[in-house]
Amino acid sequence: MAGDTAAYRTLLTSLTVFLRSEVRRGFARYGHGHSDVEDVVQETLLAIHLKRETWRTSEPIGPWVRAIARNKVIDSLRRGGRRINVPIEDVIDVLPAAEPAEHLNERDAEQILSKLNGRQRDIVQSISINGDSIRQTADKYAISEGAVRVALHRGLAALAKAYRTQDHED
Amino acid sequence: MKTDDLISALTADVATKPTPVSRSVALAVVVGLPIAAAIPIYAIDVRPDLWGQLGADPRFTFKFVFTLATAAVGVWLALRLSRPGTSAGPALAALGATAALLIAADTTELMVLPRSEWASALIGARALDCVVLIPLLAAAPLAALLFAMRSGAPDNPSIAGAAAGLLAGAIGATLYASHCTNDSPLFISVWYVIGIAAVTLTGGLIGRKVLRW
Repeated sequence: MAGDTAAYRTLLTSLTVFLRSEVRRGFARYGHGHSDVEDVVQETLLAIHLKRETWRTSEPIGPWVRAIARNKVIDSLRRGGRRINVPIEDVIDVLPAAEPAEHLNERDAEQILSKLNGRQRDIVQSISINGDSIRQTADKYAISEGAVRVALHRGLAALAKAYRTQDHED
Repeated sequence: MKTDDLISALTADVATKPTPVSRSVALAVVVGLPIAAAIPIYAIDVRPDLWGQLGADPRFTFKFVFTLATAAVGVWLALRLSRPGTSAGPALAALGATAALLIAADTTELMVLPRSEWASALIGARALDCVVLIPLLAAAPLAALLFAMRSGAPDNPSIAGAAAGLLAGAIGATLYASHCTNDSPLFISVWYVIGIAAVTLTGGLIGRKVLRW
């Protein structure tokens, strides 16, 4: 977490495996299915990234990661709880046509990205989905690397906020 | 977006360091304190004997010992509660110790003060001022602290907000103590505590909304 890019990627990738089981177990504890697991894993990764200064290097990382995952599972269940309150008559026509969960997740994520403003969305998309570097993205949009960094950071913060509020707006 | 794609974006952002919550809380105190301190200096007068009595009069000195100890506990609680998976236990024990200190001071006061003066020491003069002015003096620090704590990640936003309220209330009480002419611990135990509790409650209610992450 001290800024070494390759090590950070390795850390996040190995955390992802841990988080999937942690989130799945979290949902199971409250008697829920697995449909939102990847969504919550992504939200947790975002929170871990944005709040990484709240972890003290002198303390074990496990309890800290677990606490963040638990928070995000509970947030997700609260939002889910609100969804369940929708009267069944309103959705009964849509139910048989529901898509498989993976497609839903991908669409959710795209909807989340679409909540960012234009430039932030372009830059987050360029670096995440297209896999471009900061330099390549800066060249593509003809802006400085510093501006890309700022837009990326703000975009990620906005993404976390969009997750947090996604069902309040529905 | 696939999780691996998200990780690419997070990795690209690793050089942009978030502000540590301890630094933003320190900044909030530095910013909020002068605004709050301007009120007793310009609007409600600081006691002219402030520096003379401080250290000389045990009751007057104890007011500051109590409010500053509460503020110190507030800082500790607010910082601990801003970190996920960190228990508030030790800081809560310190809060209990502060309460015990106040009770000890009350007991001493009841022993040294004749029974006939208990009521006037408890009720004091203009007790309502205390309940109104402590929250007023705490308003700017509370706003600054809650804003600062948004860089944290509290497990429970309400309780973290309450800790911010405790700290802001203790700052307000410290400033108010420099104006207030009631020095008895009996007075502190009722009116100061009500004032600080009101700010704590307000902090909890606002924190519930603004400290979600």
